[in-house]
Amino acid sequence: MRIGVITFPGSLDDRDAQRAVRLAGAEPVALWHGDHDLHGVDALVLPGGFSYGDYLRCGAIAAHSPIMAEVIGAANSGMPVLGICNGFQMLTEAHLLPGGLIRNDHGNFICRDQGLRVENTDTAWTNVFAANAEITIPLKNGEGGFIADAATIERLEGEGQVVFRYLGVNPNGSVNDIAGVTNERGNVVGLMPHPEHAVEAGFGPDTSAAMRSGVDGLDIFTSAIRSLVSA
Amino acid sequence: MPTIVVEVMPKAVLLDPQGKAVTGALHRLGKSAFSEVRIGKRFELTVDAVDDAVLEEVRVLADEMFSNSVIEDVVSITVLENAGA
Repeated sequence: MRIGVITFPGSLDDRDAQRAVRLAGAEPVALWHGDHDLHGVDALVLPGGFSYGDYLRCGAIAAHSPIMAEVIGAANSGMPVLGICNGFQMLTEAHLLPGGLIRNDHGNFICRDQGLRVENTDTAWTNVFAANAEITIPLKNGEGGFIADAATIERLEGEGQVVFRYLGVNPNGSVNDIAGVTNERGNVVGLMPHPEHAVEAGFGPDTSAAMRSGVDGLDIFTSAIRSLVSA
Repeated sequence: MPTIVVEVMPKAVLLDPQGKAVTGALHRLGKSAFSEVRIGKRFELTVDAVDDAVLEEVRVLADEMFSNSVIEDVVSITVLENAGA
């Protein structure tokens, strides 16, 4: 099983995402934004960071990268595609996911361990979670406020396209505490928090058991492997 | 050379966190006459000459790249002749 991680100019978490893929049991494949080649991967991760300095809008310039033509084609043919943080912003800018991300309502960058509820366990990236599982993974962004018009929000809520919802205090003003969404087909998922930073004991969020022992993010990557095996 | 100016604003129904921060600063300075500030973007595109084809291309770019219709509106596209002259 080979999962590609695309590096854009300004990507920061591409190597963390590759490590998460490896720890989940798949082979990470480094892909480059300027290529028109997915190298035969079975799934794709668009990692976090600040592509093109977040100029124009977050993810907007990267969404016009050469490789995005192949990403859009693969996503539309059902390949599992995950966008994390800046990658989520790219997927909305590329119209692969609904809504948009704007500056946090309080105006500040926020970095903390964030509780989430997994509300849709039928997607390619959440199928190993128990229904309504509560997980903790890091959140770190300045422009994580999810918004969409009222009709779109109603459709997302009604069709179960809200995949992750913030628990506790809303960290950024996202409508309905939405932290992550999926497309109608369930193969494309985007979220602002960072599952790839919670995949190995010793390097994750604190838990009640031990400091930095949280590995709740790993199941997002094992979900993709399971969806590919069962496909 | 002529310049084509594209102005983009956050949608009126949305919270504009940048504008809100500046509004707060004005009020702290006692400038209470200004009840709200909203902040948008202005793109200046220098071209050799303006014709219908160029203007149409700018309209498409304004909708598809300079703005994101989920969160922003293109409020104007205007031509400045001899800008910088």
